Amino acid sequence: MHPFILERPRDLEAALALRAQAGRNDAPVEYIAGGTDMVQLLQEYARRPERLVSLAGLLDNRIEVGPQGLRLGGGATMAEVAAHPGVIEQFPVISEALLESASPQVRNQATMGGNLLQRTRCPYFRDVGYEACNKRAPGSGCAAIGGENRWHAVLGTSDNCIAAHPSDLAVALVALDAEVEIRGVGGQRTVPLADLHRLPGDTPHFETILEPGEVITAITVPANPAARRSHYLKVRDRASFEFAVVSAAGAIEMDGSRIRQARVALGGVGTKPWRVPQVEAALAGASLDSTALQQAAALAAEGAQGRGHNDFKIELMQRAIVRAVETAARA
Amino acid sequence: MTSYDVTRRELLAGTAVAGVALAGVNLMPEFTSLAAAQDAAPAAAPLDIVLRVNGTEQRLTLDPRTTLLDALREHLHLTGSKKGCGLGQCGACTVLMDGKRVKSCLSLAALAEGREITTIEGLAQSEELHPLQAAFIERDAFQCGYCTPGQIMAGVACIAEGHAGSPQEIRQWMSGNLCRCGAYDHIVAAIQDAAAVSSSVGGG
Repeated sequence: MHPFILERPRDLEAALALRAQAGRNDAPVEYIAGGTDMVQLLQEYARRPERLVSLAGLLDNRIEVGPQGLRLGGGATMAEVAAHPGVIEQFPVISEALLESASPQVRNQATMGGNLLQRTRCPYFRDVGYEACNKRAPGSGCAAIGGENRWHAVLGTSDNCIAAHPSDLAVALVALDAEVEIRGVGGQRTVPLADLHRLPGDTPHFETILEPGEVITAITVPANPAARRSHYLKVRDRASFEFAVVSAAGAIEMDGSRIRQARVALGGVGTKPWRVPQVEAALAGASLDSTALQQAAALAAEGAQGRGHNDFKIELMQRAIVRAVETAARA
Repeated sequence: MTSYDVTRRELLAGTAVAGVALAGVNLMPEFTSLAAAQDAAPAAAPLDIVLRVNGTEQRLTLDPRTTLLDALREHLHLTGSKKGCGLGQCGACTVLMDGKRVKSCLSLAALAEGREITTIEGLAQSEELHPLQAAFIERDAFQCGYCTPGQIMAGVACIAEGHAGSPQEIRQWMSGNLCRCGAYDHIVAAIQDAAAVSSSVGGG
């Protein structure tokens, strides 16, 4: 690890003030909460903050389920949210996505806010032995394009970056219209989770719309009858403790034998958590027969671009959608 | 204390120093240059922290970069917790924090202040092994033993969480602990045994 000064502020206000001193670009000040991703990044020199501001114990960690929906404090751990009876009953896709993530130990440590803000698992980003990574070193190029890119994104990519967003939780949440509450020195704001992450474009090092010093203090998910019938399907190289090759979150509200409304999002294939509204629109009013589901799922491939090793994901993600929707409908 | 009363760790440390001196050449330049880069950078101010480990308060002055694992091993000399990958992937460093299993290599020691840390050294009641420790011996649930302390700490938590109901469930909930010798079948059997003991002790 590069040396850093560790700040352990008394409260969130003090933490915000400390962090706000930093600029946006390759900030010399960073936050640490659960630490499961940050410590890895520090150990591998992928991040070299001069000052690390701890949020440990400063964030709301409550989990509330009510008629309005779900509210998750930014400091709630993955394990706490996954095991919450109200989440399991009313938002199973969220619990499933969390239980399919990481390991039991990491789930005891990692927080909601940190999960959404974890950095890509692109090996060229994580390994500073590779010089080319536009995310880590702007303007240095992308080693994954033309390199080993089996794990990389096929949706939302640019010629500057094809890194996939690694969070399972974010995929489940974006399917359910989640919003994030953000606090900064200037006050509080709420944004749709769908708008939190940026597409890489020409500036893959700008990953979110967060301003310097801003913290995710809570996640809210509106009540939705589809959320009860929901499922997270994760396809990966080993059965547990592995990131998604492809994943699909599906949430279904039925009207007799037909789908009244569907929510579908994809993981492992997008440079950000990837909702597929065109698939949802095609599913609305459809029956659950496999031809109808396949036709709807095929629309997810709009704009998809493989880079060689990851070409298979374009078909696999369609199959994942079909399976996730079928499983959700049976729930 | 006799001259033979030296730990494996001290012996290895002494051998390593001698080895470098004898070699006289740098066989691992990349590691040395990384270490030199660390030394050249300005050291961050050390922190005075208090860790509560196995029921005892320990006062330490640490570089802020010190992970909980390194604090346990290098500063408190509790070398039961092992460093495998240092990146949260292998589970050899698993300890309990406030009763929950965590990877101590992914925790900064200074951020573990005020938490109750339990390591493998704190599991046995004096000379009496924890039921899972005994089950690991009974079931021969290790070969080289490097992953064993982490496996046992994770297994203790797995049982306490109620995730040891079937071999399949145990495998799922022990997936954060790797065993490169491949003793998984015996590890699962040991956890099943200990889970049966704890449920009978607890009266169901």
